[in-house]
Amino acid sequence: MCLAIPARLVEYIDAERQYATVELGGVRRRVNTCLLTGNDATAPGEYVLVHVGFALSRVSEAEARETLRLLEGMGAAYDDEMDQVRRAPELQP
Amino acid sequence: MKFADEFRDAGLARTVAARIAAECGERHWKIMEVCGGHTHTIFKYGIEDLLPPGVELVHGPGCPVCVIPMGRLDDGIALARQDGVILTCFGDLMRVPGSDGSLLDARAGGADVRMVYSPLDALKIARDNPDRRVVFYAIGFETTAPSTALTLLRARAEGLGNFFVFCNHVTIIPPMKAILDSPDLRLDGFLGPGHVSTVVGIRPYEFVTRSYGKPVVVVGFEPLDILQGVHMVIRQVLEGRCEVENQYRRVVHDEGNPKALDVLARVFRIRPHFEWRGLGFISQSALELNDDFADMDAEKVFTVPGVRVADPKACQCGEVLKGVLKPWECKVFGTACTPETPIGTCMVSSEGACAAYYNFGRYSRARDRETALRALPVTAAGAPR
Amino acid sequence: MSEPAGGHRAGSGAAIRAAAESVTDPEQRVLQRIAEIRKRRPALRETAISMSHGAGGRAGHTLTQALFAAVLGNPYLDQLGDQAVVPVAGLDGALAVTTDSFVVSPLVFPGGDIGELAVNGTVNDLAVGGAQPLYLTAAFVLEEGLDVALLRGIVESMRRAADRAGVEVVAGDTKVVPRGKADQLFITTTGVGLVRQPGRLGVHRIQAGDAVLLSGAIGDHGATVMLARGDVDLEAPGLRSDTMALWPLVAALLDADVEVHFMRDATRGGVATVLNEAAQQAGVAVAIDEEALPVHDEVRGVAEILGIDPLYIANEGKLVAVVAAADAERAVAIMRSTPEGAEATRIGEVRADPPAMVFIRTAFGGTRVVDMLVGDPLPRIC
Repeated sequence: MCLAIPARLVEYIDAERQYATVELGGVRRRVNTCLLTGNDATAPGEYVLVHVGFALSRVSEAEARETLRLLEGMGAAYDDEMDQVRRAPELQP
Repeated sequence: MKFADEFRDAGLARTVAARIAAECGERHWKIMEVCGGHTHTIFKYGIEDLLPPGVELVHGPGCPVCVIPMGRLDDGIALARQDGVILTCFGDLMRVPGSDGSLLDARAGGADVRMVYSPLDALKIARDNPDRRVVFYAIGFETTAPSTALTLLRARAEGLGNFFVFCNHVTIIPPMKAILDSPDLRLDGFLGPGHVSTVVGIRPYEFVTRSYGKPVVVVGFEPLDILQGVHMVIRQVLEGRCEVENQYRRVVHDEGNPKALDVLARVFRIRPHFEWRGLGFISQSALELNDDFADMDAEKVFTVPGVRVADPKACQCGEVLKGVLKPWECKVFGTACTPETPIGTCMVSSEGACAAYYNFGRYSRARDRETALRALPVTAAGAPR
Repeated sequence: MSEPAGGHRAGSGAAIRAAAESVTDPEQRVLQRIAEIRKRRPALRETAISMSHGAGGRAGHTLTQALFAAVLGNPYLDQLGDQAVVPVAGLDGALAVTTDSFVVSPLVFPGGDIGELAVNGTVNDLAVGGAQPLYLTAAFVLEEGLDVALLRGIVESMRRAADRAGVEVVAGDTKVVPRGKADQLFITTTGVGLVRQPGRLGVHRIQAGDAVLLSGAIGDHGATVMLARGDVDLEAPGLRSDTMALWPLVAALLDADVEVHFMRDATRGGVATVLNEAAQQAGVAVAIDEEALPVHDEVRGVAEILGIDPLYIANEGKLVAVVAAADAERAVAIMRSTPEGAEATRIGEVRADPPAMVFIRTAFGGTRVVDMLVGDPLPRIC
């Protein structure tokens, strides 16, 4: 059961932030946002991962960019970069 | 950024594939992905076409529809046939064959079976039909279980008395362990299930590295994620490392989602054992509703046959699920067992390895192996590294 | 990683090659066997009709071939075309006859209603056979309790669609069934048209090397109706059904003497179904390019969210045309000059091998099979 897709959180529907409208390609859907707490707290305009009508987690743009950067860097200096990343304190859990 | 297209870029894919080819050497690599979503992506994008012939992706038992034994299907059908019951389930389940037909057949026979896209849809049906009893056939790994849990909590909060769950949620770690313990298989590493990990984090996979010495890379679902994951597994082995790495950092926190784990604990408990199609009984591998929710537990409130049904003799789903057999190696693949006349679950679910191979892979496998063979260098590439 | 000695390297390469070669053979045998089986006449195993039989996919085709065609068969029916083209003594050309029924729910949706579908759908079945649509009949099965104002609106819609398409509804019938015995309204039509050049179009004319064209963006109708039904909690305000009569587009191609070999409108089961039918009936392969497929953003969004492939979603105003390669560019230009074909484009080509297979070259650089639809396009949740 793994189909979960990133969609943009448009706005929260209720005051308690239990439901929100998300949008993907012009299509809007209402999802439950009870799981978006702590590290996954999401502000309108950011992206979330949606699965069976629930937002499971926040999609981090910073991490996404970093992942893409690593992929793009898979040319000459890739290996050096990987070593640096593993040692970088700000990207440790 | 939309977080999808960027991770499907063909040019980047070729770069990563080239790195893999440059570094994988002569060894025959076997990397298992345990998530049905990965199986689907691999076939849909033809990722195996891009990988060098020496790197083999083995499809594991990560499709939660595929691992449901026939007896549990029969139980669901029995529920659907009870007076006043509306049985709700995800689309994938509708055509899975039980001993005597599928849920779709049961519907043709008069049972009220309705497809939903979310357990919340099932809850709505319960609200809209107070005189009927609505049963939600819950399936899925830890990715989906919190959604079922939240729905049950909501039903409780609203005081609904006509909503029930037939719980078939399973957990990912025990089958991974069963595979690792299996003598049939020699694996070099795992691509860990990305969305399960959004819930459970990456720590649960440490037993694989510590006790079995195989690297695990938790991976996303776009084709570039999978390619990067394969590369990371190979790098670990070549560098003599054996760790759990997180490739899917944009969505997976190493410690998971504490709120999701909390709702799971409030609603479910672990079954002592559960039968997995093809893998037999596995301890502590599935969830059931705990005592606080006994009144919403379909197994307790209704009578279900609860009969253990053996797979048809011809069916080799078990071996395919363990990655021991490739789909086309199954005796009945494509002959008696086809997508429209499925014998086993691997052929029904869109994530099952057999359905994926039949629907997507059939043509390119034969043709491109020829091409790949011709392109295989006689000497290893003079890799820069 | 330390490099192995040169000879060692070559030996290992040979080992991989040998292993791969020995694996290719048994796999090839299995694939061969499957190809043989797929050629056989299908058998109908089910004892009860299920929704799969109506989805436009494999089950429906089996039902048609193994039951209807098997029992009613004759040279016209056996061709299983969108229309039957029959000679009439003294007629300059041939008569095209078709029938269709419409059971869509809800009756009214963004972009149209069941009435408009009924007229356009029937007109299109005639048009793709190269027939100028002339006359329609319409039979109505009404459920007790159906709102008369709603019915009037639908019939007025049919009048407008008929006028636009240049056809007349010349005969009709009405039946009423008790409440619960029909989902508000079913419409069945017959269409009659004139084919000036019989034999110009048909699966038998499809050849390896032909270009495959599509008259516009796919999936609009099915996605619109799915959302309009209210089963899914999705909103896509820009989405509307693409229902329209395609005869002007077809006439433009025929009048310009474009070397069109075959055309079919892509309704239930989507473009994938039409391509598979053509590939099977003509015994050829069809290869299409994922990047060439026109899909509106909102259809893509719905498809992504629900896990369905736009290739399988129903359309009501789109056709696939197979034309001689040399005429492809001109054909696309002509289609684009018509309102119905503004987004027309080439999507692929016909090949000799492997027969009866449709495959897609993905944007990603891989290739995968696009099979006939199995079951209903139940959206993937997994």
